[in-house]
Amino acid sequence: MKLPIYMDYHATTPVDPRVFEAMRPYFTEVFGNAASRNHPFGWEAEEAVEAARKQVAELIGANAKEIIFTSGATESDNLAIKGVAEMYQERGNHIITAVTEHKAILDTCKRLEKDGYRVTYLPVDKDGLIDPEEVRQAITDKTILVSIMMANNEIGVIQPIAEIGKIVRERGVIMHTDAVQAVGKLPFDVNKLNVDLVSISAHKMYGPKGVGALYVRRKNPRVQLAPIIDGGGHERGMRSGTLNVPGIVGFGKAAEIARLDMGEEVVRIERLRNKLRDGIMERIPEVFINGHPIQRLPGNLNISFAYVEGESLLMGIGDIAVSSGSACTSASLEPSYVLKALGVGEELAHSSLRFGLGRFNTDEEVEYTIEKVTEAVNKLRDLSPLWEMVQEGIDLKSITWGAH
Amino acid sequence: MAYSDKVIDHYSNPRNVGSLDKNSPEVGTGLVGAPECGDVMKLQLKINKEGVIEDAKFKTFGCGSAIASSSLATEWVKGKTIDEAMGIKNTDIVRELNLPPIKIHCSVLAEDAIKSAIADYQKKQNVPASEEVLASQQA
Repeated sequence: MKLPIYMDYHATTPVDPRVFEAMRPYFTEVFGNAASRNHPFGWEAEEAVEAARKQVAELIGANAKEIIFTSGATESDNLAIKGVAEMYQERGNHIITAVTEHKAILDTCKRLEKDGYRVTYLPVDKDGLIDPEEVRQAITDKTILVSIMMANNEIGVIQPIAEIGKIVRERGVIMHTDAVQAVGKLPFDVNKLNVDLVSISAHKMYGPKGVGALYVRRKNPRVQLAPIIDGGGHERGMRSGTLNVPGIVGFGKAAEIARLDMGEEVVRIERLRNKLRDGIMERIPEVFINGHPIQRLPGNLNISFAYVEGESLLMGIGDIAVSSGSACTSASLEPSYVLKALGVGEELAHSSLRFGLGRFNTDEEVEYTIEKVTEAVNKLRDLSPLWEMVQEGIDLKSITWGAH
Repeated sequence: MAYSDKVIDHYSNPRNVGSLDKNSPEVGTGLVGAPECGDVMKLQLKINKEGVIEDAKFKTFGCGSAIASSSLATEWVKGKTIDEAMGIKNTDIVRELNLPPIKIHCSVLAEDAIKSAIADYQKKQNVPASEEVLASQQA
């Protein structure tokens, strides 16, 4: 087993060696501009891009013509929301999203609010789930877009997108989903899910960084977008800019591998995740799972270790790469807004770790992680005045804590 | 973010972890911070009749820098008089541990813990708190 161990697959994934091999010729040999229409260099590049477009479309049950390549999911989210907002401004100015969305959605919506749009941020329940009925009630005559993520990047919770999408379509509103964490890891079909716009990222599914896609429905309904980048009119005029041919080729290959291997991979990763979860919970008292216990990504485990601060825990398990919801790991000094939205107390948000398991994790790594986490939590609890007080029977809520 | 070697050293081998008898008249206890802010320090000082700090123990819930700041504080106060200990400034801790700006609050908390433990001891001894203690309590 090699150290350090990578267990942060929600942040990014390594490029699969098969993907890398597929990309290799497109840097130095087949280097043409896919928009060059009058020589073989361009034709070959275009052919490769169109093959990749088909591979990505197949993974999500779409038509290749409905795939717009972008620089990544942040751009896809921006294009979906700003593109709809501008294109449909005559029809209305209201957008519905949720408090636990990724910042690429939330910050884009905040920008639109400054421009006069109205945004409804739906709450989630204690498991992180949105009630589709609340979506129905939030839709008004002015609503032009509903944007709800498929799977959350912190807690892995999977939203009832098909149900929400059905309600949204009945009302003639466009449905967008940020499916960055879901596509390639869960079965995904744009028609079964009733979605019109879907953001996808290559580097979350063993493809390269710097490339993503936006699915834009062409029929029933036909969705139109105002571009946010102007230029040569590439990608049906929705996203100008010379195509990142090697990146797109890699994205296509990654999509193909995901489609073919998904069945086996989901089972394997879920088993490893459950082994990690059960191993930790059997050895350590006072741990709490954040987010819905079952309706979550197979590789996700978000867990709080009471009376231990997350960043110090990260230090204690130094050779295992994971993330924490602790404020101390962010620049803002605020603990995770996602955990807060679930009603997780701030002290438990500070104590949370996010494990993201993926394609290349092994049983041995999981076993090592269980031992290492147990050791670090025990050590830090011996060091924790809160743990000591709780052992003495003191109710921490009875203490007047200072502020700083 | 990368930690300084000194922070890692204190985190890996924290000095003077533990508890003293909080009911003893010779022991002053400082409990500062708040769980929802992500750091709580408990610092205890055993002070003799001459006003010299004979022993110091701590427990900290917080990030590596908070643990290191309190560990360092216990090392520094041992053998010092109350007045000398009152002279320890958070900026000294920042310098010694090479704390980045975002971690300065950890050093402030350690300084507060020293002052708060001394105030608790003085209260037990019915000694009027020194001016600096009063000032820090009002802050």
